[in-house]
Amino acid sequence: MTTATPVVPEVGRGLCDRLLYYLELMREIENRIELKLYRQGKILGGCYTGRGQEAIPVGSAVLAEPEDWLCPTHRDMGAFLVRGMEPRRIFAQYLGRAAGPTRGRDGNMHMGDLKLHLVPIISSIGASVPVAGGIALALRYRGLSNIVFSYFGDGATSRGDWHEGVNFAAVQKLPVVYLCNNNQYAYSTPLSKQMAVENIADRAAGYGIPAEIVDGNDVLAVHQATRRGAGHARAGRGPYLIECKTFRMTGHSAHDPAEYVPRSLFEEWARKDPILNLQKYIVDRGWATEVDFKQLHARILGEIEEAVEWAEQSPLPEPASLLDGVYE
Amino acid sequence: MSQTAAPALTTYLEAIRQGIWEEMERDESVFVMGEDVGLYGGAFKVTAGMLERFGENRVVDTPLSEAAIVAAGIGAAITGLRPVLEMQFADFISCAYDQIVNFAAKSRYRWGAAVPLVIRGPSGGGIHGGPFHSQNPEMPFVHTPGLKVVAPATAYDAKGLIKAAIRDNDPVIFFEHKMLYRRVKEELPAGDYLVPLGKAALRRPGRDISVITYGAMVLLALEAAETLASEGIELEVLDLRTLLPLDEEAVLETVRKTSKVILLHEDTRTGGLAGELAARISEKAFDHLDGPIVRITAPDTPVPYSPPLEAAFLPKASDVVQKARQLYRY
Repeated sequence: MTTATPVVPEVGRGLCDRLLYYLELMREIENRIELKLYRQGKILGGCYTGRGQEAIPVGSAVLAEPEDWLCPTHRDMGAFLVRGMEPRRIFAQYLGRAAGPTRGRDGNMHMGDLKLHLVPIISSIGASVPVAGGIALALRYRGLSNIVFSYFGDGATSRGDWHEGVNFAAVQKLPVVYLCNNNQYAYSTPLSKQMAVENIADRAAGYGIPAEIVDGNDVLAVHQATRRGAGHARAGRGPYLIECKTFRMTGHSAHDPAEYVPRSLFEEWARKDPILNLQKYIVDRGWATEVDFKQLHARILGEIEEAVEWAEQSPLPEPASLLDGVYE
Repeated sequence: MSQTAAPALTTYLEAIRQGIWEEMERDESVFVMGEDVGLYGGAFKVTAGMLERFGENRVVDTPLSEAAIVAAGIGAAITGLRPVLEMQFADFISCAYDQIVNFAAKSRYRWGAAVPLVIRGPSGGGIHGGPFHSQNPEMPFVHTPGLKVVAPATAYDAKGLIKAAIRDNDPVIFFEHKMLYRRVKEELPAGDYLVPLGKAALRRPGRDISVITYGAMVLLALEAAETLASEGIELEVLDLRTLLPLDEEAVLETVRKTSKVILLHEDTRTGGLAGELAARISEKAFDHLDGPIVRITAPDTPVPYSPPLEAAFLPKASDVVQKARQLYRY
């Protein structure tokens, strides 16, 4: 692995601007959630972010077509944003408001939207992986050439559901792109206690599907790999696995100071920050300057301010609605 | 179960097969998926002939992966298809428990996504199947808001209920009692009909004691009722048909009528449906009771293999007769 930005000739300024916007939007929304609203006691329960891992959902999800489906995990806020879920709905979700996508029935990253083709995770890690296969089966059933983006972390690949799901999709040659966020820790468990193979990508051989490893902190590398994977899946050649090597720049959840992680690792990976990586790429090409980045940053903070204000003023769910919607 | 000159009798198994088949003819979004359901036609042949008629797209042979079968069904159902998923034996549904209980059942409540799937499979003992091919695993699902649970006792109901289950917009767990598959036969009406979910059926009216039951135990209750009729004891037999949602009104109505009640199931005792029924009867019809609520169930053991052990495990008609005599005299 290298932190050097690879030369990718077909990446133009428009795409870079778009990627940078979503990387920063995700970073700042999650900063607001974890470093402010959670600490203010306004967000209760679990609070997970994908700090430092933004390149994975952002770099991949921008390749999703409108009729594709995405099954993001709890580090993939960027996928929701790229897909068009408004920040104010996301804040409403975290604040337990009726206007959130689960209307207060579920919290944090457990959000989905049928119209946006976003399927929410459940807390049993990896459970969405075989579900993604079923969505892909349904797409083929209807004769569509759309695909499914199935996201998961390193820990998920220890679960039976993951293996059953990947095998099922491989046997059926289903159009799924698997995107692994290998951030090297599952809660406090390091990779060395998670698996006996070196790479998640090594697991693909057991299912007869292609896999590649990319620098998960390089949004352009993630993007290019996803382009290859999506092309493979859209062509009817079956699933494709992309392992994105990255690092979790937080604890598992907001309550977790991650004292089990050597500090030096945080320092090392802070230098590989995906936003800095992309900014360098942009500056090197003369497409923008520090001033432009500051303007973008200010614009994003303004959008967030507006969204939080809206969400905080939106109503909590009515207790009388408790029984609604268990059945049709 | 009529016996006319030359009636075309349909087995319980064939009724289910017909029901699925008709729904697949009627609605292109219906498909079946499971282990050995295609080429082989299913371990019990419930899906026999479907591959030839409907093709590989709609009759999907899967790896040996119950969790993946259910999960893939969930994914397909979220997009609007109507998968009918086979568990080769209902016992193996435990392998897919998380997907059913945490993904399928909670989906509508959490994010408004309907999961219109059916998970069906053979349950119950009496065939010397031993601990892993004989269980009645209904109760974990009855205890799961968001699911519907069905357990038919007749061929007519099996067909009408599977069709209703397939058309239902919520996830339905459909337990087929394997003892009934080929033993129960009846003449079915020609053409399309449904049996609504959530409605019990009065199998035999009687004035003295209500036996509330479901699945293969319905036959047992009717057999006991015949025996007792000759002694002047009239059993009323209520077949629940759907366990979730429970037809509480039908339960209370029969209790109000007879004032004495036997709760009968093949499932084991602790945490069985009888406990829930007893609580509801006590809450809502206590004043109508003229005797203790009696439970007849399998004991709290795994289902044993060896014939004398299995026979001792399963409730018998003679158990019903004996308990009914005691309750009658109370």
